[in-house]
Amino acid sequence: MTATLGAATDSAGAPTPPSSAPSGPVLGVGGWLRWGWRTLTSMRTALLLLLLLAVVAVPGSVLPQRSSAPDEVATWIEDHGRLGELVDRLGGFNVYSSPWFAAVYLLLFTSLIGCVVPRTRVHWNALRSQPPATPRRLERLPVHRSFTVEQPPEQVLQSARGVLRGFRVQAYDRSLSAEKGYAKESANLLFHVALLLLLVTVAVGQLVGYTANKVVVEGGSFVNADGQYDSIRHGARFDGADLDPFKVTLDRLGVRYQEDGPRLGEPRSFDARVTWNDEDATGTASVAPNHPLEVDGTKVFLTGNGYAPVFRVTDSTGAVVYEGPQPFLPRDSNMTSLGAVKAPSAAGGGLAFSGFFLPTAAVDDVVGPHSTYPDLVEPKVFLNAYRGSEDGRKAGSVFTLDTDGLERIEDGDQPWLAQLGVGESAELPDGLGTIELVDVIRFANFQVSDTTGNGPTLAAAVLALVGLMGSLLLRRRRVWVRATAGEDGRTVVEVAGLGKGDADGLVTEVDRIADELRTPAASPPDTDRPTGQERT
Amino acid sequence: MSVAELSLDLVYAAMAVYALAMLCSFVELALGRPVPTEAAVREPARAASRRAVAAEGSVLTEERPPAPPAAPAPASGPDAGRWGRIAVSFTIVAALLHLAAVVCRGIAAGRAPWGNMYEFAIAGSFAAVAVFLVALRRWPIRLAGVVVVPFALLVLGLAVTVLYTEPEELVPSLQSYWLVIHVAAAIISTGAFTLGAVLSAAHWWRLRTGDEKRLAGIALPPAQRLDTWAYRVHVFTFPVWTFAVMAGAIWAENAWGRYWGWDPKETWALITWIVYAGYLHARATTGWRGWKSDAIALAGYAALLFNFIGVNVWLGGIHAPYSGV
Repeated sequence: MTATLGAATDSAGAPTPPSSAPSGPVLGVGGWLRWGWRTLTSMRTALLLLLLLAVVAVPGSVLPQRSSAPDEVATWIEDHGRLGELVDRLGGFNVYSSPWFAAVYLLLFTSLIGCVVPRTRVHWNALRSQPPATPRRLERLPVHRSFTVEQPPEQVLQSARGVLRGFRVQAYDRSLSAEKGYAKESANLLFHVALLLLLVTVAVGQLVGYTANKVVVEGGSFVNADGQYDSIRHGARFDGADLDPFKVTLDRLGVRYQEDGPRLGEPRSFDARVTWNDEDATGTASVAPNHPLEVDGTKVFLTGNGYAPVFRVTDSTGAVVYEGPQPFLPRDSNMTSLGAVKAPSAAGGGLAFSGFFLPTAAVDDVVGPHSTYPDLVEPKVFLNAYRGSEDGRKAGSVFTLDTDGLERIEDGDQPWLAQLGVGESAELPDGLGTIELVDVIRFANFQVSDTTGNGPTLAAAVLALVGLMGSLLLRRRRVWVRATAGEDGRTVVEVAGLGKGDADGLVTEVDRIADELRTPAASPPDTDRPTGQERT
Repeated sequence: MSVAELSLDLVYAAMAVYALAMLCSFVELALGRPVPTEAAVREPARAASRRAVAAEGSVLTEERPPAPPAAPAPASGPDAGRWGRIAVSFTIVAALLHLAAVVCRGIAAGRAPWGNMYEFAIAGSFAAVAVFLVALRRWPIRLAGVVVVPFALLVLGLAVTVLYTEPEELVPSLQSYWLVIHVAAAIISTGAFTLGAVLSAAHWWRLRTGDEKRLAGIALPPAQRLDTWAYRVHVFTFPVWTFAVMAGAIWAENAWGRYWGWDPKETWALITWIVYAGYLHARATTGWRGWKSDAIALAGYAALLFNFIGVNVWLGGIHAPYSGV
């Protein structure tokens, strides 16, 4: 941006100011670059970018985001018509990967680099230099103590070196200059560098990482391989060939729900018993929320579950055209589930069914068939039937039936409706076939995530936290001790301190030093007076 | 009586004592009412203006009708300070009852007592009072109690009326020791940020009025001290909040397979973090230290509150369904 601006200015010669405006000094390319860089790396710009980042993060929390709720995004666009399309074009549904969001944080991090690099240089020099010369008038410093002792000045300064524990001390004429808390700036720089590191590790983790999902019914299994998943999201540098080909079989899914009280039906435990095996090992494990299975650095999470009724469908010829479990998608907390059974090979162009599965069925005049408890108390399916198939269409969801072009089967003038308990079957009209609810088993939704990028990210975050704490909690302060021979033969000792933002602590520290310098001789504290104003 | 009922009774008891503490604070403010001096009475027009008026060291605000000029002019009632100290004593007693309520709730539930919004509310309001009382040992900020105690009372009131729920076993997604770590850090930082917001607001008010202005006749600490204390509170709390967000990310990785998913709760935790980072930077930026940095601190607190209330009510997300926290 700055470069373009500079080049344009240069090719046009110097920009000619309007004659009415006072002509200032003319900036060349270098001047504009320097100006741009200085502006970008100034504290004020950094602060504005920081606040701007907070602001631009807001829309992503208000609008549904494609990354987490693609269906809601589609609904939102549908509901809002042209506004929805406009918001979409502006990146409103992909805020955190949108160019404008990236622009803000990239500018912020550029500004950060521009701030950290010179500060590191300055701090590096400070680390190797000695505390600065003692100011002539110590009484002008925020905290100042003055008293007299018996010992000669040399001896006072000698013992002061012992008193200034933890300080870097440099002797000057009749005085000591001491400084401590260099680690505060080191920690501050560490924090900012760690933030940069965090950005890099997050980016790299996303490039090589992947997240995949698979619905598995009890007794079923999946293999960790590209193409084996229901869905997979991965970064640009992801290579499917790198996946460790382990296999996970769902043996049984255990569930437990609250059985009484106002929280009736609230989940209490989900427990997927699995058997896993990779090239050289095998084992069983329990996968539960907060307890993922880890195989070869890849984690397998239990992120959802539901019911998979087992159906048997015959066609008009009596042939079994469908037999097996079909996962139904839960729609509410009592597991009212929606699903479809598709038998495209049935005689006469195919048969299809769609409807509800209810683990604890209840029929209500207002809401229709629904479930009143999430566990299997009185399981029932309610199904409509269709002739035809979805052939030739883009592979749709296994949970829903696209009824376009399908002919609904009628029973008289009513749509045909089957209501089946386990073990029950229903006959389609006109001898078209039968459907039987053989059994009900459960399915688990497994999410498989690669965790390779997480270690470095965590390390960067921990470094940032350590740096932050050091930067905020350590104190940097300078203390000076001066000892001069007084007129009465006693030694006048002055202790003064300078610090940032911690007035109370500085006073305590200076008092401690003054007290320790006073006590060894056990001389009467005759002229113990705080001098100068104590500024905070 | 079950332990859960005992906990609820203790909450009610704490509320009663907080109410007493609040009353005493208000009595302190009322007794501390300054009587206008001649200089102020000479300018009735200005005294009636909406803004506080400072004239020759004496002050008047519109809320206080000018008293007869013959009245003697002590800066504050003789017993004002005593009522304030009584308020603090009541606050301490209430906080102990409050703490007992939180502990009993934990015993009743058999887990860390912050698994749902009710528990978060009672633990969070306790943290706010506790941080205030700890800070009060170091700094003369008794008047901050005028805000912190009614705030705690309000939160407890909402907790027992709107949010109350029986102690139950947690839903599977919350059954993790990270609940203890992550939410505890969030509770502590919420409590401490509350005091930070009060001190920042007081500082802002101080900047507008100048250091001589008294609040209902009671001298507030000078602006510079308020600024320092507000900064110290924020400096303590910011790393705790940072840790809370990080612990949340670690937990999310373990529970959902990703450490960051831009869930509304996560996003607003980050927004809060960024705004408070802005405050810390503003304190060190020429031209920003002062009311602007105070405003940023208050914006950070607003974002924090929005994350606990607004996100649950309007934005939902995966944090919402069972716990709301």
